[in-house]
Amino acid sequence: MRTSYKITQNIDWVTIGLYALMVTLGWMNIYAAVYNPENVTSIFDFTLNSGKQLAWIGTSVIIIIMLFAIDYKAYDSLAYGIYWFVILILLGTLVFASPIKGSRSWLVITESVRLQPAEFAKFATALAVSRFMSGINLRQQNWKDQAKLAGLALLPPVIIILQNETGSALVFAAFTLAFFREGMSPLILIIGAVAVFVFVLTLLIPQWYLAGIVTVLMGAYMWLNFHRIKRYLPTYIGIWVAVLAMVFSVTYFIDNILQEHQQNRIKVLVDPEIDPLGVGWNVTQSKIAIGSGGFFGKGFLEGTQTKFDFVPEQSTDFIFCTVGEEHGWLGSLIIIGLFMALLTRIIFVAERQRSVFGRTYGYCVASIIFFHFLVNIGMTIGLAPVVGIPLPFFSYGGSSLWSFTILLFILLAIDAHRKLDLGRE
Amino acid sequence: MKYLEGRKYVIQAIFIAIGAVYLIKLFYIQVLDDSYKTAAETNALRRVVQYPFRGLVYDRTGKLLVENTPVYDLMVVPKEAKSIDTLKLCQLVGITLPEYREKIKAAKAYSYVRPSPFLQRLTNTEFAAIQDNLVDFPGFYINARTVRGYQHSSLAHALGYIGEISPRQLEDSTYKGYRQGDYLGISGIEREYEQYLMGKRGVKYTMVNVRGIEKGSFKNGAYDTLSEAGQNLVTTIDLKLQEYGEKLMSGGKVGSIVAIEPKTGEILALVSAPYFDPSLLTGKELGNNYMKLLRDPTKPLFNRPLMATYPPGSIFKLAQALIAMQEGVLTPNTGYPCNWSLVKCSHRHEYPANLNIAIENSCNPYFYQVFRSVVNRGKYRNVYEDARQGLDNWNKHIKSFGFASSLDIDLPGEKKGLMPSSKFYDRIYKRDGWKFPTIYSVSIGQGETGVTPLQMANFVATVANRGYYFKPHIVRSVGEKGKPLPEYSVKNYTSVDPRHFPPVIDGMQLVVEKGTGRNASLKHIGVVLCGKTGTVQNPHGKDHSVFIAFAPKDDPKIAIAVYVENAGGGAIAAAPMASLMIEKYLTDTITTAYRKRWEHDMINGSFYKWTD
Repeated sequence: MRTSYKITQNIDWVTIGLYALMVTLGWMNIYAAVYNPENVTSIFDFTLNSGKQLAWIGTSVIIIIMLFAIDYKAYDSLAYGIYWFVILILLGTLVFASPIKGSRSWLVITESVRLQPAEFAKFATALAVSRFMSGINLRQQNWKDQAKLAGLALLPPVIIILQNETGSALVFAAFTLAFFREGMSPLILIIGAVAVFVFVLTLLIPQWYLAGIVTVLMGAYMWLNFHRIKRYLPTYIGIWVAVLAMVFSVTYFIDNILQEHQQNRIKVLVDPEIDPLGVGWNVTQSKIAIGSGGFFGKGFLEGTQTKFDFVPEQSTDFIFCTVGEEHGWLGSLIIIGLFMALLTRIIFVAERQRSVFGRTYGYCVASIIFFHFLVNIGMTIGLAPVVGIPLPFFSYGGSSLWSFTILLFILLAIDAHRKLDLGRE
Repeated sequence: MKYLEGRKYVIQAIFIAIGAVYLIKLFYIQVLDDSYKTAAETNALRRVVQYPFRGLVYDRTGKLLVENTPVYDLMVVPKEAKSIDTLKLCQLVGITLPEYREKIKAAKAYSYVRPSPFLQRLTNTEFAAIQDNLVDFPGFYINARTVRGYQHSSLAHALGYIGEISPRQLEDSTYKGYRQGDYLGISGIEREYEQYLMGKRGVKYTMVNVRGIEKGSFKNGAYDTLSEAGQNLVTTIDLKLQEYGEKLMSGGKVGSIVAIEPKTGEILALVSAPYFDPSLLTGKELGNNYMKLLRDPTKPLFNRPLMATYPPGSIFKLAQALIAMQEGVLTPNTGYPCNWSLVKCSHRHEYPANLNIAIENSCNPYFYQVFRSVVNRGKYRNVYEDARQGLDNWNKHIKSFGFASSLDIDLPGEKKGLMPSSKFYDRIYKRDGWKFPTIYSVSIGQGETGVTPLQMANFVATVANRGYYFKPHIVRSVGEKGKPLPEYSVKNYTSVDPRHFPPVIDGMQLVVEKGTGRNASLKHIGVVLCGKTGTVQNPHGKDHSVFIAFAPKDDPKIAIAVYVENAGGGAIAAAPMASLMIEKYLTDTITTAYRKRWEHDMINGSFYKWTD
């Protein structure tokens, strides 16, 4: 180990630059979202979300410095410790926290400062999963290890669902992308994609028609290719039965398992017109705000839809509306471009890690950020159901900004020392 | 494990694909689809119509007849009106709890987040009570607007009232530009001069938030237009005279007084009795009061001076004389015997050796013979045809006085009245089924004649002018220094030559000096008043009392027609009233003690002391 190793030379400044840019743009858009033309206050005003966000950004910088200061090997060696600590806090929150908006997920520190431990479960789980992956070979058909891994990834979301924060829990599905990179069968991804596809079809087409269409298509396929596939006939029949089972269970699932507001969010996704003043309000208003932005947008602080409360949760979950309304398609292009650049860079960083731990962690980071991006922007333009998860680095919120900062900068801290790592592969 | 490295491209591809799909969708909703922009404008832009002040209305002396007074509506936004002390609010505005719930329900039915009227047209006391406590009731606020207000209680019929536009009017293209809930003139001057009074509306675009609360102007008012206040009107009415006339006609009398300035055609007073306070048809109780007035058996809403047509009675003899002279069948010196042949006379009097004596005594047989000489000219051998031609010739003359046609007064609802023509009788009696004896009662203003009090007043103004009239009108200028509408400054000549008027006027002087109209004399103030009584037979009850007059004789300043239903002879009610009106107008006061007693009797309706 060389003592003259300078981590500054190895820090990935490209990622830091993207991070700084996104956080700054986010901060400005939060100001635009809470801006009141009748009562103009400074962007630094601490009573506004923009002022508070600046404080969160400031503390994030301290967190970053601390993350770099910590011995990089600690992330690996303390991974499980951190994981179980967060699990404990999650359980504690579930038991002891008083519900806010029906969700037992907040740790109230002061009147205006609250933390959501579920946010921190993401990086903790990412660390634990990566640690576990570095010790096993996922391709070996070791049933026990796979179950353990699944358990690690599923325990936090189960607690979070119990806290009534379904949105945050869904994020943990993103880990499948990282698992895929490390050797998980692509079949699982494909099955997942098919499941989503069938799910959406079930919403659009009455279930008996859909069942008929599936049966006819699969029957025709098997009939025409009978000689080629007769060996796998039981498999095909199994798939057919599974799809049919899914088709018939979706309706049951929506009507009986989901809570009413969740049912509505899915129904609105399929048909936003069903109740534009009620359950469809969010999606309708969000699309109006973004759609009215045009190509160049209405200009900074000139948005009417976001400013005058037509769009709900403008500075948090629906922050992208402010971007779309005030900066138009060009602004959307820049934001989406920034995310694409960041994700690409994270994958690049992940791939250059010498350890499975570092690489897996890198992919976990990319997957989590991507999942947030996918659902958050998707819901504002009506392509994804309304799920209350923030847009990384843009949405207002301390827990969210801190957790994404920690998530990203642990990777950068590991990455900065990558040349010291001998690698296990 | 090298081969797994390829999977990074799969993951990359998934990321890029989603980013691309989102950008395409965004391009579609942001750039290609314009409907979101429209929706955003409907959302956040409110087009607020700026209602201008409605024009004020003055009388001829500058007194304010119609003004604008502020009224207050209590508005509610149901979403914000939660957790309030409902009971206290109910007490403040004087409603019951079930009423409160009903009103909130109605407001919610309109919109949960937008304001709707909770209580309209609060009285000043209610407003004061609520204003101080409004902070305790979030979601409730006061919306101020103006309604018409009056500092007097006169002239309701002519002034008219304003009300909300009806659904039928909304569909009518003449009311283009009005919107649901707009107010407009419904009757009287308010309706006739709506286009001047209403002013020009302005439009202000304001930005509103999701609860409809205004959040400042849009683009600094670049698209806003200013409202312009309505034009004020100066009427021809003399409020003092009008009030005096209404006082004379008070106490359940039914009838009309119309006073006109002959030189201009300006209406000085327009009394319709029974009358009502114009402020009844404004403010909170408009609907209730209107229904009450509508159901009143004495029909106070009926604008009698313009809409009631009566037989004119003996005053019509003046017109008969004028036409006969014009036709050359009568000279001032023509005498006819008071022979009681077909028509009786009201009283015994000296032999009507000339027109003056006939007018002075209102001799029925005389004018029967005058009218016969006009109708039966002997130009046709067929008596029926002769009567037809004679009557139509007469009809042409009588119409030139403004009878049987609209005088185009600047008020709505004017009736034309009736003067018979040959066609009219042909319809009743068939052609060749009638001749002069059939229609003789027209000679003395009975029978098939219908004249509005306005036409009577216009007629006497025409006589005062010796042969012409200005169309009577009630607005002398649009704007403080404007002019009346152009059609009111045109002299309308009758078909009777001006030289035929003085003999008739002399007769009218005699009526007052020693004839049937002595009660109207203004000798005590040195004014020569010319008048003519009329007693209209009424098959349903007591006779109607009629009097027309103008004064002073040589420089007429006022011409007047008084019509009092069921009051008896013209001399006992209408004549004294007319003379009191004229004295009041000329001298601004009633001087002598006996005149004061008359005035008192007239107001009380003690007509019995007055006999022909």
